[in-house]
Amino acid sequence: MKVIVNIQLKEGVLDPQGKAVHHALLALQFNEVQNVRIGKQIILHVEENDKEKTLKRVKEMCEELLANTVIETYSIDIEN
Amino acid sequence: MKVVVAVFPGTNCEIDTKYAFEKIGASVELVFHKSDKLPNDTDLVVLPGGFSYGDYLRSAAISKFSPIMSTVIKFANSGGRVLGICNGFQMLLETKLLPGAMKRNQKTHFISKYQHLKVINNNNQFLSKLKVGDILNIPIAHGEGNFFISDDEIKKLYDKEQVLLEYCDELGNEENPNGSISSIACLCNAKKNVFGLMPHPERAIEAILGSNDGVKMLEGFLE
Repeated sequence: MKVIVNIQLKEGVLDPQGKAVHHALLALQFNEVQNVRIGKQIILHVEENDKEKTLKRVKEMCEELLANTVIETYSIDIEN
Repeated sequence: MKVVVAVFPGTNCEIDTKYAFEKIGASVELVFHKSDKLPNDTDLVVLPGGFSYGDYLRSAAISKFSPIMSTVIKFANSGGRVLGICNGFQMLLETKLLPGAMKRNQKTHFISKYQHLKVINNNNQFLSKLKVGDILNIPIAHGEGNFFISDDEIKKLYDKEQVLLEYCDELGNEENPNGSISSIACLCNAKKNVFGLMPHPERAIEAILGSNDGVKMLEGFLE
């Protein structure tokens, strides 16, 4: 089972990297860009067929290691 | 005084830290992260600066699961004194021994320079040799030192005398190198036995090398 975890800074937490990239895009005349937020994607290959169980386990992984929940949120997508 | 410096893969300030504490008269032992034991006579554990585990995922995200860290957490929770410098401060945040989190510096690049700091509170062992309002000149060197904490928690930190140092200019006026909330450079826990700071006092030990302001900070632990 393939699991895709997306990690983002929480709403309201200023994203310095996103801001720098936004400035660079504006300098390249991509003036339609209103806002940029940068996160990270972690792809896990898990040996498990039970979707519910996998979701629960990956949630634990996010809480314990993959995300810092003081400043970050995460979302989990499971592909079969 | 017996100081134990924990060494992780990617730590690079352990020898400077050992030198600094030996200079003020402490005996220093380096302990590798795979050990889960601290010497019985340990008075202070130092988590030194560097790039533990290559800063992979997030600074200090992986080092918090090293065997030595579970022992350090127990040591701290039973009242033992712990000092985290730079990457060590990030470890204390990741393990939640101190509140808050570090983000990438506001201007996104790595900063390495001398930085002035203002003493905000000295009612603790670490800064007991200094006076409130003293200005120190101590090197900083970090890419993720942009301290973040929620608005309601920040007030509690000041009320409980947990904010010890703020970044400033040489006259003590506001200057914020990395975007930290309230220019915070150094914190302690509510019980005042766990200390974390981004600046490197162990790099300000010899006047001939630019500053010895770090000596007075570290000497606080001798009492």
